[in-house]
Amino acid sequence: MSVKPDSSVASYPEDDGLQSFVKRRHRQGLTWRIVFQAATIVAILALLALLYNIIIGSFGYVALQNKIEPESLHVDGMPLEELSKEQLVIILSEHISKGLMRRLEHDQPFTERTRQDVYNLVIERVVEQRVVKSWSLTVSFFKRDEIETFMAGLPQGKLEFRSWLHWNFLITPQSSTPELAGIRTAIFGTLWVIFITVAVAFPLGVGAAIYLEEYAAHVGNPWLRRLNAIIQTNINNLAGVPSIIYGMLGLVIFVRVMEPLTSGAFLGAVEDATTANGRTILSAGLTLAILILPLIIINAQEAIRAVPNSLRQAGMGLGATKWQTIWHHVLPNAIPGILTGNILAMSRAIGETAPLVVIGASTFITVDPNGPFSKFTTLPIQIYQWTARPQDEFRNIAAAAIIVLLVLLLTLNASAVLLRNRYGKKSL
Amino acid sequence: MTVSASTRTIAKTAAAAKSDLHKRLRLGESFIEAFLFFCGAVSILTTLGIVFVLGKESLLFFTSGEVTLWEFISGTEWQPAIGRFGIWALLNSTLMVTAIAMLVALPLGLAVAIYLSEYASLRARSILKPVLEVLAGVPTVVYGYFALTFMTPFLRSIFGDEIVQIYNTAAAGIVIGILVLPLVSSMSEDALHAVPYALREAAYGLGATKLETAIKVVLPAATYGVAAAFIVAISRAIGETMIVAIAAGAGPSFTFNPFESAETMTGHIVRISGGDLSYDSIDYNSIFAIGLMLFVMTLTLNIISRHVVKHFREEYE
Repeated sequence: MSVKPDSSVASYPEDDGLQSFVKRRHRQGLTWRIVFQAATIVAILALLALLYNIIIGSFGYVALQNKIEPESLHVDGMPLEELSKEQLVIILSEHISKGLMRRLEHDQPFTERTRQDVYNLVIERVVEQRVVKSWSLTVSFFKRDEIETFMAGLPQGKLEFRSWLHWNFLITPQSSTPELAGIRTAIFGTLWVIFITVAVAFPLGVGAAIYLEEYAAHVGNPWLRRLNAIIQTNINNLAGVPSIIYGMLGLVIFVRVMEPLTSGAFLGAVEDATTANGRTILSAGLTLAILILPLIIINAQEAIRAVPNSLRQAGMGLGATKWQTIWHHVLPNAIPGILTGNILAMSRAIGETAPLVVIGASTFITVDPNGPFSKFTTLPIQIYQWTARPQDEFRNIAAAAIIVLLVLLLTLNASAVLLRNRYGKKSL
Repeated sequence: MTVSASTRTIAKTAAAAKSDLHKRLRLGESFIEAFLFFCGAVSILTTLGIVFVLGKESLLFFTSGEVTLWEFISGTEWQPAIGRFGIWALLNSTLMVTAIAMLVALPLGLAVAIYLSEYASLRARSILKPVLEVLAGVPTVVYGYFALTFMTPFLRSIFGDEIVQIYNTAAAGIVIGILVLPLVSSMSEDALHAVPYALREAAYGLGATKLETAIKVVLPAATYGVAAAFIVAISRAIGETMIVAIAAGAGPSFTFNPFESAETMTGHIVRISGGDLSYDSIDYNSIFAIGLMLFVMTLTLNIISRHVVKHFREEYE
């Protein structure tokens, strides 16, 4: 009450030095705050650049050129579109080799084919439209003059805006021409590999987590206690081993040592035992299972640890055995957390490339995998191989395949987050 | 009297029954426990498998007579065709890529961590952290595509086409930096966040500004946690494969120029094993010697980081 407002100011030294000192410190604080914010913005820009780069690769103008112009294929002045099926077959046989003709006939006799089907064949095999050059989305929008100069040097060429990501891209198998190539085999390969990975890693991982959380602490034997401690440390260390090392492990153990098993030879599951080798879906799945096992264990352990102890005591108090308590009380409460961790580990496995290259993913297959003993390719492998090609068009389809991969992963991760938010709060 | 006697007998039989129940052999339970133990032991088998596989093939490599251990760890030329296996040709580029990656990831990651932990509002945190998690969840092959089709042209537009080669360690290093940035920032942020709030209040009470509190009080208190994050990041960068396989170039070369192409240890393993490789060749054995080296390096770093973290935990938790 007695203290006047200005007396507090008076107690502050009326020193210009101090004032400027304080000012300088605050200025410094502000500068660094801006630096920290800028760093965060840079990190976000990096993510945006990544996405931007993928999107501009997947869309854009392409210069198309026909090997034979459709206009030159008229019969008696009738354009190609109006020709009958028989006339189209004649055109086809005139322009392609006899061997190819026989193969087409063998696939499906021409008498049984529809007119539209034959017309498509003429377009595909005779007109043979090819992409001469492709431009990214940004170039397509902002450097039209560059494109027009190029097109001026290509009088027969046609300019078309193309999305490299389209329905046919998803359902056609690999091809050596980028505009006809698709990711069908890669998608099936990924699904098969991941199915095996999860089928192996999930039970093993959850089992190990239950052991470490529920049993290991109550072990009396000092040697076993030590062993359990070693297992725990070991799992943490394994989580940091580079994925390529797992690939080398898989190459020696699954592809070579266990070849009779992983190639399917022991079951007689392969048509030709001489060409069978261990570079199969089964080997890939097992390798990735070993790779994500530490992740699953660590996540599952956390989920089990979060279950309140009172639940266990209540179960035990009612006379349940240890396993009954775990099975009926601990696991049901821990399952959302365990599943979340499992989904995250799964998306890690889906994106893995290096170990699969090492164990020997196929470089080129066009048939769908039909079981665990098939050769395989996966989405990331396909992206890697297409990216490594020098032609721009392969980069375009690599970008389109990346979009598919990212959408798949995003869906998985979003479902993991949803699961965590929906059930996570209730149990905690 | 009789009542107390009967209660005593009941208590006795109950005790006997209880101890019986406790001691009773339950086959099912034992079997389940044994199975669960086996699940845990698989991880030990994995480690033993890794050590055995890498060790055995490396031993074959060094006893093949084509290369001595000394030539391997001192040579700077890696040309299997003429029997030269000097690891430095590959190790040098691995270290260079890692150094470039750390130049990007450590300052940026730490700055992001300080911002998120000390400055950002709850709302900003709740948006930024998931965004960084997305960055961490993108497969590395996608980063490889990014390095080759974005970072390299970007560097070439700055420094010129004649200086920057199409495949170069700089682009790969920078992109690996972006890849490990979320790791550095989230681990460091956890460490900063774990520092007790009382320390900050004490600093404010003494008149420190927000920056002074963050840099001179909170950061030193979290040193061990931040150091652990840095070490894990280095280990990740050394073991990173797809980015260097796509963007750093094929063919070992001993160079200190970040704009030239140079193959790293992981890149070499991928290229050699991706081709048709005969199992008895010296090339095949050589990748295991490289793998062993890689394994030892990353494992050492991970163990160090674990010890550092433990130190940090003992201090504050």
